[in-house]
Amino acid sequence: MTTSTLNGTTNIALSFSDEQAMLLDSAKSFCGDKSDINAVRSLLKSDSGHNPEVWREMVALGWTGIAIPEQYGGFDMGLGSTVPVIESMGRHLLGTAFITSTLAAQAILRGGSEAQRQQWLPKVVEGTVGSMALLDNEDWGAKLCGVTANLSDSGIALLGKKLLVADATVADFFVVSINHNGNPALAIVDASQLAEGAITANTLIDETKRAATVDFTGVTISPDALLPHSEQALKDMRLIGALLIAAEATGTSAATLDCIVSYLTSRIQFGRLIGSYQSLKHPTVEILLQMDSSRSLIYHAATLLDDGPDKGPVEADTEIACRMAKAQATETLLFAGDRAVQFHGGMGFTYDCDAMLYIRRAQWAQHQYGDAQHHRLHLARLLLD
Amino acid sequence: MSQMSQDNASQAEFRTQVAAWMQDNRPADPDFLLPQTFMEVGSERVLEFLREWQHKVWSAGYLGAAWPKKYGGQGMSRDYQRIADEEMKRLQVPICFNVIGLGWAGPLILDNGSDYEKEKYLKGILNADDIWCQGFSEPNHGSDLGSIQTRAERDGDDYLINGSKIWTTMGNYAKYMILLARTDAQTERRYNGLSFFLAPMHREGITTQPIQKITGEYGFTETFFTDARIPAHCIMGEEGQGWRIAMQTLQYERGAEAGAAGGISILSIVMDDLLRMAAEIEREGEPLLQDPVTRDNLIKFMIEEKALQLAEKRVEIPALCRDYPNSIALSGKLRSTEFFRRMRQYALTLQGAQGSLYVGDQDSIGGGFWQRAYLNNFSTTIGGGTSQVQANIVGEHVLGLPKD
Repeated sequence: MTTSTLNGTTNIALSFSDEQAMLLDSAKSFCGDKSDINAVRSLLKSDSGHNPEVWREMVALGWTGIAIPEQYGGFDMGLGSTVPVIESMGRHLLGTAFITSTLAAQAILRGGSEAQRQQWLPKVVEGTVGSMALLDNEDWGAKLCGVTANLSDSGIALLGKKLLVADATVADFFVVSINHNGNPALAIVDASQLAEGAITANTLIDETKRAATVDFTGVTISPDALLPHSEQALKDMRLIGALLIAAEATGTSAATLDCIVSYLTSRIQFGRLIGSYQSLKHPTVEILLQMDSSRSLIYHAATLLDDGPDKGPVEADTEIACRMAKAQATETLLFAGDRAVQFHGGMGFTYDCDAMLYIRRAQWAQHQYGDAQHHRLHLARLLLD
Repeated sequence: MSQMSQDNASQAEFRTQVAAWMQDNRPADPDFLLPQTFMEVGSERVLEFLREWQHKVWSAGYLGAAWPKKYGGQGMSRDYQRIADEEMKRLQVPICFNVIGLGWAGPLILDNGSDYEKEKYLKGILNADDIWCQGFSEPNHGSDLGSIQTRAERDGDDYLINGSKIWTTMGNYAKYMILLARTDAQTERRYNGLSFFLAPMHREGITTQPIQKITGEYGFTETFFTDARIPAHCIMGEEGQGWRIAMQTLQYERGAEAGAAGGISILSIVMDDLLRMAAEIEREGEPLLQDPVTRDNLIKFMIEEKALQLAEKRVEIPALCRDYPNSIALSGKLRSTEFFRRMRQYALTLQGAQGSLYVGDQDSIGGGFWQRAYLNNFSTTIGGGTSQVQANIVGEHVLGLPKD
């Protein structure tokens, strides 16, 4: 497919199947039931940040198999079908390793050998948690340099740390980007291979999320733990990761908007409901419009991802869609979270006000899988050169 | 381009035919800036240029394709007119300017009119012999049609009209006006006193005064009625039905009801056009398109444009519109008109010193195309309910926020 708008072609594919609609409905009600605001708050100080019982139920519902082909025990509905589920999770700030585990499985599906797929994917469907370990420093645009791999007598010895590894403490395995003889590669590391004390939990601005620095030094892997199609998979996972984060952020923007509207229609100041003031009404409308844009873009990207060749590589139009979705969705949430705090006045400045959950999530989401400016930089190369 | 893939064989052939015809018959650029909207017909030469073009498009069968043959149409399915419109839009040929006839009065007469009225009016709308204007808005009342003051009093076989209308597009050239006037000042609900007329304009007692717009040209008039007599049979429907008929008319204009004759009424100006302009410009000796700040800004606009295009598709998928089912429909005008305002404003920013030139200056970029486009755009962020009123509507009717 051609992508350049300079050539006058634009791709605006958007579809949503009845199956996906049913999934959206059931995910909305499940996440609402399992993750009301009290449940969210009760997990803020917990170590794992999630409720294992809820995870088991999600596995039982088949969500961990949505994007896994049938021959590996999944339901083969396509990665696009995880988007309505993840949007619903974002809407209720559901604490879960679902996103990072979905990505780890996709990395193996797209970059792995048949033996690796058979080894890991059925386990993921059954609830084994994977996590992506990609970052060497703060820069999503950096060339890979961090964890190095050196041949030793017993295999390939890893050296170095990965930053902000999502849900590291509950992960059963990691898909790690490494520098293998000067080339980027992805390797599968079982959590049991990590040295004692290898995981150092971060203190995150978003207390509903969990991430850690993971030191892979001392881990030795066999060559068959390397994904044979690493380079393409690494590129694709960054884009797919951006889309899934955008989906979650879009759900959270919807929740933030609900939170604002609820306050604007109940709080009275100077003798009037504050929602009647245009200085609050109009920015709230702007949040709605931006959320609408985010939602259109994430489902557009989901459509293209599922219409494209099975298991990648991600095509250029899809790359554009994923990057646009991420840039739009997290900027929307930044704006919505910021206004949510402001519009709650004095209450907004307190920890008790739920607006703080949303503004903090916005800060987390913007930096996962590249911030808006990072994606616009890449979009400019795709669309303007 | 997604529509193309849905064409059947005959439609695909028609599309090719339209495109070829448009390319062969597109008129040479005149010595004035081509009107971007039907509200820019401010001189005889612009009028005659557009009249000739519309007549040509109609003669080729690409205007009124879905109207009945006996009234000047082609009797084809609406898909063919849609395809013709898509091609005209894509190829940016001149507009079909007789918009009040083509998109408002025409479909109304087709749906509600008598055989006599259809016979009398429809063909002249299509071939541009008869220009139509619209008399809804009045001075000092903005878009509040309920407060219309212009009186229509029955006097024998005539109605006697007194009052004035404003923002009458092509009022000075029009042969007919769709006129909303008050036939009864005593009704309890003020809307019930209104009546709807297909009024002749070339009558004693009807005068027009051109209004110079922000762009500098004239496309509107104020229209004055002083004891103007129009035949009683010009009324559409019964006395008191004017409000309902006016609302029906607006449905055609908004595309909510099918029936418009087709043709493009406003030149579509998209990001591609801005990118083409930017590609020609240099800053600090480097191509502007290599400037990181400019690139970031352009991409922001392109994301917004994509989202606007996608909204039109998402609105057809109810499962993805459950939060606020009316949101996309009710916010469409606000979103798109504000997007284009900011995009066109940015275009001028990118022009550097040449951005200060205007239509008529030989050194202006594209003959002042973007300058005109930016100023023109205010007709969309103001007309039909200002953006600020639109934001109130969205806030109140979509989000459920209290009125002020």
